[in-house]
Amino acid sequence: MKILVCIKQVPGTSEVEVDETTGVLKRDGIDSKLNPYDLYALETALQLKEKVGGHISVISMGPPQAEEIIKESYMMGVDQGALLTDKRFAGADVLATAYTLSQGVEKLGDYDLIICGKQTTDGDTAQVGPEMAEFLNIPHVANVVKIIDICEDHIVVEMDMPDTIEVAKVKYPCLITVEKGIYQPRLPSFKLKLATNDRKIPFYGLDDFDDRDENNYGLSGSPTQVLKVFPPQANTDHEIWQGDSEELVGKLCDKLQELKFI
Amino acid sequence: MNYKKIDQKDIDFLLSICDKDRVFIDKEINEDYWHDELAGIERCPEVLVKVISTDEVSDIMKYAHKNNIPVTPRGQGTGLVGGAVAIYGGIMIDLSKMNKIIEIDEENLTLTVESGVLLMEISKYVESHDLFYPPDPGEKSATIGGNINTNAGGMRAVKYGVTRDYVRGLEVVLPNGEVIETGGKIVKNSSGYSLKDLIVGSEGTLGIVTKAVLRLLPLPKKAISLLIPFPDLSMAIETVPKIIKSKIIPTAIEYMVKDVILASADFLGKTFPDSSADAYLLLTFDGNSKEEVEQSYEKVAHICLESGAYDVLISNTQERQESIWSARGAFLEAIKASTTQMDECDVVVPRNKIAEFVKFSDDLQKKFDIRIKSFGHAGDGNLHIYVLRDELSQEVWDKKLHDVFECMYTRARELGGQVSGEHGIGFAKKPYLNESLGEEGIKLLKNIKLAFDPKNILNPGKVCQ
Repeated sequence: MKILVCIKQVPGTSEVEVDETTGVLKRDGIDSKLNPYDLYALETALQLKEKVGGHISVISMGPPQAEEIIKESYMMGVDQGALLTDKRFAGADVLATAYTLSQGVEKLGDYDLIICGKQTTDGDTAQVGPEMAEFLNIPHVANVVKIIDICEDHIVVEMDMPDTIEVAKVKYPCLITVEKGIYQPRLPSFKLKLATNDRKIPFYGLDDFDDRDENNYGLSGSPTQVLKVFPPQANTDHEIWQGDSEELVGKLCDKLQELKFI
Repeated sequence: MNYKKIDQKDIDFLLSICDKDRVFIDKEINEDYWHDELAGIERCPEVLVKVISTDEVSDIMKYAHKNNIPVTPRGQGTGLVGGAVAIYGGIMIDLSKMNKIIEIDEENLTLTVESGVLLMEISKYVESHDLFYPPDPGEKSATIGGNINTNAGGMRAVKYGVTRDYVRGLEVVLPNGEVIETGGKIVKNSSGYSLKDLIVGSEGTLGIVTKAVLRLLPLPKKAISLLIPFPDLSMAIETVPKIIKSKIIPTAIEYMVKDVILASADFLGKTFPDSSADAYLLLTFDGNSKEEVEQSYEKVAHICLESGAYDVLISNTQERQESIWSARGAFLEAIKASTTQMDECDVVVPRNKIAEFVKFSDDLQKKFDIRIKSFGHAGDGNLHIYVLRDELSQEVWDKKLHDVFECMYTRARELGGQVSGEHGIGFAKKPYLNESLGEEGIKLLKNIKLAFDPKNILNPGKVCQ
């Protein structure tokens, strides 16, 4: 089975600054890490490979230093990776990102299953996976919480919708995005680090793609124009109550009712 | 010992210096104040006072001293040896409301706090100033006063030392009610006997700590952990001296076994990132850059692989750290939840004897037909070994516990170890301290106690009495 996992490098902390004029996250000089949701995507791929065998590739789009996360995925057991990097990809919105990734996927060749994390912890849109599937013209299932069965030509998964759990049977090639907690991600291995130190990571740019029209990529390929990005105001309202347990329980119930939590 | 019983006159006195909602008598005293977290002794104090100032503590001590009333100081009651149990009744002074952070001094790198501030509040506060208070005992909801009184150690002791190493100065109310300051914001001090160092670890028997000046360090910018699976526990622990010998000092070296990890993960309803091996070492490294940290851990990683580790797993992000350390933090609670009652042996042995001691205590399971679980600070030789009662009758349990402890403490002594690494002697471990220090040692301790507290009213019946 050929599995492809999409991964992204995100800021290592939640205290991110935003460039006020372009609305783009300032990534220079701050720590970065592999998007935590993608760890679940990687673990899902590794579990499937352990079960039915196959080959796992990862693909990422980002600046050259994003090769760090591909190296890290090698340390978790991934077989091969590629980085889509080109100045002309910069400033992409979800649509342009999904399009760039879909071009990259075509470049990498055959696959049965694409796995993405449900969302990233910086953009938080949860749109790139499904949009990619649309560009690739393959079926997709989002918010997958469980892999029920894995067969020769299809996969059966459970997806978590707001009010229901749905079970879907999807034919390959297809794309799924997985929820946090589907499997406990393994830790990177020092042994694999030693073993994969010399493994090449190819870089692909716009000139490697089928579609070389600059207008379809980066800021110019992005129909979404960000007007303003700002960190949300933290709500620090709090009340402190004192009293015995009975009194406090009564007060707490009243408050929860007042706030319509119960 | 003959102490005065609390009567209405005493209550009236306490009410005259404290608000009435901070003085509790008999049935008003919550059962939590009768005992601590483990030691198995219970006694309700006659009166409980929640103090809010040094003056109040001083007034109470003066009164108790004059009237021959025993006083037991208490923080959060998270101790494990009965140190904060009022075994002679009398007045219990709860210091947990004295919880103000008084001053952070960035020029002297010190933090001045009242003794009821919680450990977790201290680390959060100083880290927001890019500073670091290294002692890191597992129980983060303990008060700093409690930590100072047991000379708590914690996981970072391998590299940074223990609480005593980070106490610069103390404000102490003596048993006669006088207030002294000892030490200060100073780095060096050769001015007579170090009273400060005597108070640290004195378990509330020499004076009541009301304020502390703590020493801080610059906060290391990066920390990573290595989780290292081994085929068995001896192989894991035998690797520890080799790591120490390599002259690269990790911040923490913990050892843990599979069934304790699984019990803890189960207890928390979480999955541990790896459960393929029977035994693990958990190492932490800190430093100021990724490169610095990587350089130090790589050498140690090679040592582990050469010593038979299956692999070396790297935890380098907050999520990964939490998945490991949350389980580590719940070991004690998880073991506690798996049985009806337990008691603990907190011995410390030289680091190159840990493997031998752990194996010894593991073998006692068979010898005495009783469950024994352990985990601990392999890097500093401090072990936490728990003997579990399960379904044993009181009589059988008492006997077996006594026999098992006798074996363990005797063996620890033979290996050059001491009774307690960080939890203290309190009430529960007194017999073992007696055996370990011998007549002359105990006599000195008793004389020190006598010098501070000639009427023996402060936390009587503990440590050396």
